[in-house]
Amino acid sequence: MAASRVQVPAEVRRGDSVEVKISIRHPMESGFRVDDSGRRIARNTIREFTCRYNGKPVFVARLGSGIAANPYLRFFLTAAESGQLSFEWVDEAGERGDALASLTVVG
Amino acid sequence: MRVAAVLLACWAASAVAQTRAIPATDLRSGLSFGSAELRAMQADDFANPGMLWVERGEKLWQTPAGTAGRTCASCHVDPATSMKGVAARYPALDAKAGRVIDLEGRINACRTSRQQAPSLAAESEDLLALTAFIAYHSRGLPLSVAIGEGARTTFEQGRDLYYVRHGQMNLSCADCHERTGGAAYSPRRSAKAIPMPTRRIASNGRLSARWGAEYGHACSAFAPRCCPTMIRGSPRSSSS
Repeated sequence: MAASRVQVPAEVRRGDSVEVKISIRHPMESGFRVDDSGRRIARNTIREFTCRYNGKPVFVARLGSGIAANPYLRFFLTAAESGQLSFEWVDEAGERGDALASLTVVG
Repeated sequence: MRVAAVLLACWAASAVAQTRAIPATDLRSGLSFGSAELRAMQADDFANPGMLWVERGEKLWQTPAGTAGRTCASCHVDPATSMKGVAARYPALDAKAGRVIDLEGRINACRTSRQQAPSLAAESEDLLALTAFIAYHSRGLPLSVAIGEGARTTFEQGRDLYYVRHGQMNLSCADCHERTGGAAYSPRRSAKAIPMPTRRIASNGRLSARWGAEYGHACSAFAPRCCPTMIRGSPRSSSS
C-alpha cells in the first residue's frame, strides 16, 4: 500500500528554503465515530511525526483527533547539505510508518 | 448487487437526451458548492488524498493475483491506453452474465474468471484502489453510458426508483437533485446534476466513494446508504 507520498524539489541551491510536502495514509480515527452496528471505533491517530535531515530532527508534529484522515503536511527547511530526508511517524496503536526522500543541494 | 446496479443505472438518465430533466449546460457538480480551499485541494494531485488510492491501485495492477498468476497488466498491458474512457462507460451490460454491472463488478468478474482469484469485498481498500486507478484514466472525460437493448430494463427500474418518494421526509432522488438542485437541505447543498457527483473527498478527508471521471459517479455504496439517511428512510441493502 502506498502509505505515503512525499514531494521535495529535485535540486535546490544552498541556503534556499525547501518546501517539503507529505501526505500520509491513515484513518485518524477520532474515537467519536461508530461503525454500522453502532459500536464505537477505537481512537487511533498519528501521535507524532518527525522529519530528519541527515539524521537530525528538523520538524516534529504532534497530531491529534482534530486532524482529518490522511493528513497532509507541508513545511519548509533550509537547504544546507545534499543528503537524505527521513520521515517517521507512529500512531496510538504503536504502528510505525516511514518514508525517505533525497535532497540535492547545488552551489 | 443487482439493486446496486439498478441504483447506479438511475444516473444513467443523463445519457438519454429525451429524459434529461436538467439541460446539460445547467448541470452543476456538488464540488462547485465546496469552498475554494476544498476545490484547490481536489485539483492538486499531490494534496488530493484520493491519489493515495490511485498509487495503491497502480501497484495492485502489476501484482499477480489468484491461481492463474496473472496481473491486470498481463491482459490490459498499458492502462493509459487500455483503460482510457473505461470508467466513463460503466455501469454497462455484461453480456455473459446477462445483467448490468458497475465498474467494481467488472473488476471482480475479471478477478474471478481471468485471474482465478476471490472477489474483493465492496468498499474494501483494494477494490477502491483498483477502481480509483482505473477511473483515473478517464479523468475529464464525459460519462457515456450506453442504454442498449439489454440494459433497458435495468435502466427503467433505476429511473422508476429515482422518482419514487422514500422515507419519513417523503423525498425522491429527483426532489433534491433535479427539482430543487443546488438548494440547501441540510448543511450540505445538493448537486444539481444527474449523475450525482459524489464528493470525492469526504469532509473528514476519507475517500468515501468512487473517485471517478470529471463528475464522480454516485457509487453503489454511497447513494443507497447515505441518501436514505438524509431523507430518513431505511438504507437500501446492496445485496437485496
